[in-house]
Amino acid sequence: MPENQGPDKTFRDGLAKGQINLQQCNDCKKFIFFPRVLCPHCKGQSLTWHPASCGGIVHTTTTVRRKPERGGDYNVCMVELAEGVRMMSRVDEISPAEVTIGLPVTAFVGEIDGVPAVLCKPVEE
Amino acid sequence: MVDQLRGKSAIVGVGHAGFGEAPGFSAYDIMAQSALAALDDAGLKLSDVDGLFCTMMEDAMPVLMAAEYLGIQPRYVDGTMTGGSSFVNYLTSATLALQAGLCDVALICYGSNQRTASGRLVTASKLPPYEGLYNPRYPISAYAMAAARHMYEYGTTREQLADVAVAARAWARHNPEAFERDALTREDVLGARMVGDPLTTRDCCLVTDGGGAIVMVRADRARDFPKAPVYVLGSAAASSHRQISQMQDFTVTAARDSGKRAFAMAGVTPGDIDVVELYDAFTINTILFLEDLGFCAKGEGGGFVADGRIAPGGALPVNTNGGGLSCVHPGMYGIFTVIEAARQIRGDAPGLQQDNVELALAHGNGGVLSSQVTAILGAASTV
Ligand SMILES: [Zn+2]
Repeated sequence: MPENQGPDKTFRDGLAKGQINLQQCNDCKKFIFFPRVLCPHCKGQSLTWHPASCGGIVHTTTTVRRKPERGGDYNVCMVELAEGVRMMSRVDEISPAEVTIGLPVTAFVGEIDGVPAVLCKPVEE
Repeated sequence: MVDQLRGKSAIVGVGHAGFGEAPGFSAYDIMAQSALAALDDAGLKLSDVDGLFCTMMEDAMPVLMAAEYLGIQPRYVDGTMTGGSSFVNYLTSATLALQAGLCDVALICYGSNQRTASGRLVTASKLPPYEGLYNPRYPISAYAMAAARHMYEYGTTREQLADVAVAARAWARHNPEAFERDALTREDVLGARMVGDPLTTRDCCLVTDGGGAIVMVRADRARDFPKAPVYVLGSAAASSHRQISQMQDFTVTAARDSGKRAFAMAGVTPGDIDVVELYDAFTINTILFLEDLGFCAKGEGGGFVADGRIAPGGALPVNTNGGGLSCVHPGMYGIFTVIEAARQIRGDAPGLQQDNVELALAHGNGGVLSSQVTAILGAASTV
C-alpha cells in the first residue's frame, strides 16, 4: 500500500480495484474502521493495511421505507466484520425484511450510484 | 472543584415563540421573539445581555448572526454545536462564564422555522462520508437501528415503544401550548406508517416551528427578579461518537456518564427527582435515557414505561409538556427540556403542573445518540 497518501484515499483506491482493506494497529493489534492516521484504541500511529476477511455478522438493521415509484424499500445495516470493526452497509440478494440481527454475511465491493461501496450478501449455505 | 459550581447560577427567565406553525417568520425572527419573551419574564432588556449562547440550523456562524440580529455586542459568546443537546450544555458554560465574571446576564436562545420553511426535519449536518453512500434516512435510520438492537437484546417490544408516544400525548392533551393534542392510542402508533423499521411516524418527533430562550444570572442576585429563581445544581456532558456506526454499544448511551456526574454534582439521586424532561426525538430515546440515567436497570426500560408509569398520574412524571413527540420539535428540542423543568419548579407549567416540584432533571441529546447532557435543576429550597 502506498505510504505517501492519506488513509481515506488508500481505502477508496482499494475499493476501486475491488478490494476491501482494513488498517491494523501495530501496537495493540486491533483493526480499525474508518480509516485514519492513528489508532483510536491505544493512540498508536503505526498502522498497516491488510485485505479484509470479508466475513461478517449483521449487528443491527433497519428497512428504510420508500414509495415503490421512488425505488421501494431498502436495507441499511451495521455489519461487524470478523476483524472486529463495524461499518454501515447494505445486505443485497434478499429482501430488506429478511435481513435480521445475527445474519452471517459476506462483504464484497459493489456499487451504489456508480460509486464503489462495501455491500454484503448472505453467506451461502 | 465542580461541586463549587452547585447552585451558583440560576434561571430567572424563560420564554418561547412560534410553537407549531409560524408562517412567514424566519428562524432568527423566532429566536428573537423567544429571547424577548424570556427577557420580559426576567424583567430585563436586550441591552442588559452581555453573554450570548446560541446555535441554529442555519448558517455557519449562528451565534454571530444572532447577536447581530438582536443588536447586541456580547462580551462573551458560546456557539458550541453538539446538536440538540447544545442548549443544555450551555447551562454549564453560562454558569462558568457568569461565575468567572465574563458576563453578568447570560441569554441562551434558539429558533427554527423548519415546518413552514421545508416541512421536513432539518438537520445541520452533512452525512458522514462512510455512511452517506448507503442513503440512511438521517437521523431516523440511526435511532431505528438502536431500537432494533434494544429489542433483540432485551425483548423490548413495539408496544412498549408505542407506550412512550401514548404517554407523551396524554401529557400534551392537557397542554394548550402543545402542537398535537388529539387522543392517541397504542394501536394508533402501531398502525401508523412505518418509516424505518421498527419505528412508525408516531414513534418519531414532530416537525414544527418554534423557539425557546433562557436568561441566567449568578445566584447571589437571583432573588432580585420577578419570578422565583431556578438553580442549576448539577450539569454534565458526555460525548461518545459522531457517526452511528461508531457507537460502541447500541443499547447504552453516554447518558450513563453524564447522568452520573450531574447527580454527583447536585448531590441527589434519581429517586429524589420530581419531574423528568428527556429529549424524546424518538420513542426509543425515552427508554434508553430512563435506563442510562438510573431510573431503571438496563434492559428494563420497556417494561418501565408500560402501563402508564410515565403518563399523567403515573409514578414518574416524564415529559410533562408532551415532549418532542407531541408538544414541539423545531429541529433541536434540548432547550425545551430546560424550560419545562424550570416552569415545573416555578409552578407555572402550561399543562399539568405537578405538586411541590423541587427537583427536576433536564436531559439533552445531540446527533445520533452522540452527545448526552444532563442537568439537575432545583428550587431555592434545594440549594
Ligand atoms: Zn492501537
